[in-house]
Amino acid sequence: MKPAPFAYRRPGSLSEALAALAGEANAKVLAGGQSLVPLLSMRLAAPALLVDINGLPDLAAIEVTDDGVRVGALARHADVLAHEEARRVQPLLAMALHHVAHATIRNRGTTVGSIVHADAAAEMPVVLILLGGSVEVESTAGRRTIAADDLFLGPLESSLHHDEIAVQAFFPALPPGAGVAFDEIARRHGDYALCGVAALLRLDPDGAVVEARAGFLSVNELPTVVDLTAAVAGGVDDVSLAAAGEAALTGLDPEGDIHATAAYRAQLVRVLTARVLRAAYDDALARSAAASTGPSTERTR
Amino acid sequence: MTEELHEVRLSVNGTTREVRVPARRLLSDALRHDLGLTGTHVGCEHGVCGACTILVDGRPMRSCLLFAVSAVGTEITTVEGLTNPDGSLGHVQQAFAECHGLQCGFCTPGFLTTITAGLRENPSPTHDEARDMIAGNLCRCTGYQNIVKAVERAAVLGLDTVAARPTRPTNESARDEGAS
Ligand SMILES: Cc1cc2nc3c(=O)[nH]c(=O)nc-3n(C[C@H](O)[C@H](O)[C@H](O)COP(=O)(O)OP(=O)(O)OC[C@H]3O[C@@H](n4cnc5c(N)ncnc54)[C@H](O)[C@@H]3O)c2cc1C
Ligand code: FES
Ligand code: FES
Repeated sequence: MKPAPFAYRRPGSLSEALAALAGEANAKVLAGGQSLVPLLSMRLAAPALLVDINGLPDLAAIEVTDDGVRVGALARHADVLAHEEARRVQPLLAMALHHVAHATIRNRGTTVGSIVHADAAAEMPVVLILLGGSVEVESTAGRRTIAADDLFLGPLESSLHHDEIAVQAFFPALPPGAGVAFDEIARRHGDYALCGVAALLRLDPDGAVVEARAGFLSVNELPTVVDLTAAVAGGVDDVSLAAAGEAALTGLDPEGDIHATAAYRAQLVRVLTARVLRAAYDDALARSAAASTGPSTERTR
Repeated sequence: MTEELHEVRLSVNGTTREVRVPARRLLSDALRHDLGLTGTHVGCEHGVCGACTILVDGRPMRSCLLFAVSAVGTEITTVEGLTNPDGSLGHVQQAFAECHGLQCGFCTPGFLTTITAGLRENPSPTHDEARDMIAGNLCRCTGYQNIVKAVERAAVLGLDTVAARPTRPTNESARDEGAS
C-alpha cells in the first residue's frame, strides 16, 4: 500500500503551478489528498508528476457576498463548515458539509477538491448542481467558468482539462422565499452515504410552492437533480410527499452494489425524498416568517 | 531510474528534524521509519481507521494521507508530544489509564491526539459531544464505552490543570497550553 514513484513540485505561485501542469500530460493536482492519496497508495492512480497547491495560500479564501459564497481551492471543508457568513447566505452548504466524512478528514480535504473529484457518492457535487453553482478553472491558456450542469461527465470524471486548476467554486445565495434541507443514510457515521438527498423548495408570497427540486447522491452514476414541483405544487402533506418520492424515482435509476440492493436504494429514495422535502418546506416557512417580522428575528440555524 | 530525494525540514513536537525522502514517503512512514517515532500507528493506510492521526498546527489529520514533503512549514504533534515536560502522562493519557480506555493499544495514539484537539476546542463536552469527538476513530477491542468515559475524565482533568495554573491575561492563552 505505497504509492508508485512520482515527481513532485510545490509551486509558490499559481502561474508556476499552471506551467508545471501544462508541461506534463500525466500530472495531477494535489490539494487535500484525502481522495488522491488513497488512490495512489492503492495504485489505482500513478501520475508522473504531482503539483502540490498547498503552497498557494491565496487560494484558501472564502468570500461571501449577497449573491453567494465563493470557496477557494484550498479552503478546507472544516473552514467552510465553520464560516458563519457562508452559512447565513447559503445554509445548505453547512447542512451538507456536516455529512462529508468526519472532522479529521474535513480538516485537510478541500471543498473544491471534492467537487472536481466528481464522486457521485460525495455531497458537494450534488449541492453545487442543485443550487445552480459553477466552478472557475484556469490554465496557461486563461480562465473559464464551468456551470455545475456541465461539470460531471461520469464516475470520477469531470470536464476539467488535465492542465486546468479549479481555483474557486461559486454557490449562489438562497433566494427569497426558499428553504433547504439535507439528509442521508450511511452504514456508519462519516461513511459515504448509501443514499443522500438535498432539497430546495421555494414559496411565493402567498405560501404556495412554486419550485421544489431535489438532488440525489449515491443513487445514479452521476449526481442527479430531479424537479418535483408538480408533485407538491398543490400543498405539502403526507400524500403529496409520498407522490414526490415516486416522482423522484422516475428520474433516477438506483443501482445495486455490495452496500445496498437496488430495491433498498429505491426505498431510501422514497423515504428520504419525503423527509427532506418536508424539512425544506418547514425551513422555507420559518425563513419567510422571520423575514416578514423584520431583521431582529433569528434567521440563522 | 533512481528516485529523486527531497530534503524536508519537519517540526515535530517542538523540535526541527531533517529527513531525506522520496516525494511518495507518507508522513506516517517518515515519522515511524525516518524519525523513529513509532508511537504513531498505521492500520488501514487509507484514512478510515484513525490509528495514524496526528496534529498538524493543532488540528487532527491522518498522517497516512499526507506526504512528508507536503508537511513543510507545519507544526506536527505526535502522541510522543502529549506527555508533560517532566515525562509524566498528559491529562488525556492519564484519563485513558484511569478509565481502562485501551486494551491492545493499537488504536490509542490516534484517539489521544484526536481527543487532545477536541478538548481544546470544546473543554467540557456533553456525553453526546464526547461520543461525536471520537466518531472518526476505530477500536477493535474496547467497545468504546471506556474511551467515552476517558474523554469525560480527561475533560475534568484538563479543567483542573487549567484552574491550578496561575491566572493568565486571557482565557485563550491559558487554554491553548493544555496538554501538549
Ligand atoms: C475516510 C474518508 C471518508 C470520506 N468520506 C467522504 C464523504 O462521506 N463524502 C465526501 O464527499 N467525501 C468524503 N471523503 C473525501 C474527502 O471529502 C476529500 O477531501 C475530497 O473528496 C477531495 O478533496 P481533497 O482536497 O482531499 O482532494 P485531493 O485528494 O487532493 O484530490 C482529489 C482529485 O481532485 C483533483 N483536484 C483536487 N483539487 C483540484 C483543483 N483545485 N484543481 C484541479 N484538480 C483538483 C486531484 O488531482 C485529484 O484527482 C472521505 C475521505 C476519507 C479519507
Ligand atoms: S492508518 Fe491512517 S487512517 Fe488508518
Ligand atoms: S485497544 Fe485494541 S484496537 Fe483499540
